[in-house]
Amino acid sequence: MTRVLIPSQLYSYTGGESAVEAEGATIDKVLHDLDRRYPGIRFRVVDEQDRVRRHMRLFVGREPATDVRARLREGDELLIFGALSGG
Amino acid sequence: MGNVVQLLVGTRKGAWIYRGDASRANWTVEGPIYLGEIINHVVLDPRDGRTMLMAAKTGHLGPTIFRSVDGGATWKEAQRPPAFPKSEDPTTARAVDHTFWLEPGHPSEPDVWWAGTSPPGLFVSRDGGVTWGSVAGFNDHPMYSQWVPPDSGTPDGPLLNQIAIDPRDAAHMYLATSTGGVFESGDQGASWAPLNKNVEANFGPELYPEFGQDAHSIAIAPTMPDRIWQQNHCGIYRLDRPSDVWERIGKAMPDEIGDVGFSVVPHPRCADTAWVFPMDGTTVWPRTSPGGRPAVYRTRDAGASWERQDRGFPGEQAWFTVKRQAFCADGGAPLGLYLGTTGGELWMSDDEGETWREIAAHLPEIYSVVAAPL
Repeated sequence: MTRVLIPSQLYSYTGGESAVEAEGATIDKVLHDLDRRYPGIRFRVVDEQDRVRRHMRLFVGREPATDVRARLREGDELLIFGALSGG
Repeated sequence: MGNVVQLLVGTRKGAWIYRGDASRANWTVEGPIYLGEIINHVVLDPRDGRTMLMAAKTGHLGPTIFRSVDGGATWKEAQRPPAFPKSEDPTTARAVDHTFWLEPGHPSEPDVWWAGTSPPGLFVSRDGGVTWGSVAGFNDHPMYSQWVPPDSGTPDGPLLNQIAIDPRDAAHMYLATSTGGVFESGDQGASWAPLNKNVEANFGPELYPEFGQDAHSIAIAPTMPDRIWQQNHCGIYRLDRPSDVWERIGKAMPDEIGDVGFSVVPHPRCADTAWVFPMDGTTVWPRTSPGGRPAVYRTRDAGASWERQDRGFPGEQAWFTVKRQAFCADGGAPLGLYLGTTGGELWMSDDEGETWREIAAHLPEIYSVVAAPL
């Protein structure tokens, strides 16, 4: 299981939870698992070409992640942020 | 007295619903709905009077569709919002930035909805807006890259900004785009052809190209579906089918006002009557009320002449911008007209444009106003 930190922009999907758990060997699989638990959440973070949306940021631990195909290791934490979208 | 009309207001920071009684003098407000979401369009399904769809995204989050089946009391997200097919070629892979226009399908197809997006894409739902599919007839057309040149379009991105369906024929459709002008289909979207003869595009080397115009707004005259009105980037036009040559009816507007604007609103019962909201298209294109004096202009002779209607609007220092989805009519008699400004003001006329009054202020930037019966 991967611990996923959820930004406030996505609380409406997780019922206000700021940290949840999801399964998967890659970021993409974790996001798909999240989407099964919280329908609609993935498409608001990743577009239909599997690109992280322009104003969203993903980190695995402290490392930025731009490719959702990246593999996750046991104990990795996936952090999702909404960043710098303007006023 | 019960409410009889509602205004579905989409803004850059959420949606609001204003409900008015039969006098249209008293309004109640519900909202904000989805505060902080960028709402491009909120539309009631006229076929059941209950279903509403809302096109949303935020500065951070990707686009989606919210759906209500109880007249806006509760909302739920669509299961599969509009999205382009997955592409193996990353250089041409398109992603929907936002849904701009929502169009209920023909009355003979009760669960069909259409959506237009940025970048320009046509999408259809056959289950009342729950799931959406890409319309290959437009989105994968061999001419798509020429009808939608890369890096073209409005400050909010290139748009497929309007879909209009012939009330006599579900298969006969028109599209308006900011990149290629107007397109027509006779087979419900399977194939498309440009429909832009005699429409100006003064921002390129060819003044009257086959396509490449910026069709800000089109409207089928409800009582004469062979008549199409168009407020174009370069002027006001009318097309009476079967002709395919548009007539520049904006030439009859006063020179000091010009015929630039974003919307055209046809009268639902009088085919020769329509309204526009002119904005300054000179020099650096301020796109504000000419001279700081807002007014609508009405034609009652199919564009041969226009009359100014400004009573109630500020007489000076009012620099309104009214976006293409933010000017509309209800079905009342006399006709009610409504417009929303980018300054967050909602204005109405209950006498076919003769007099105007403000019914709301201090809203976020208004993107769309849709009047619908209750």
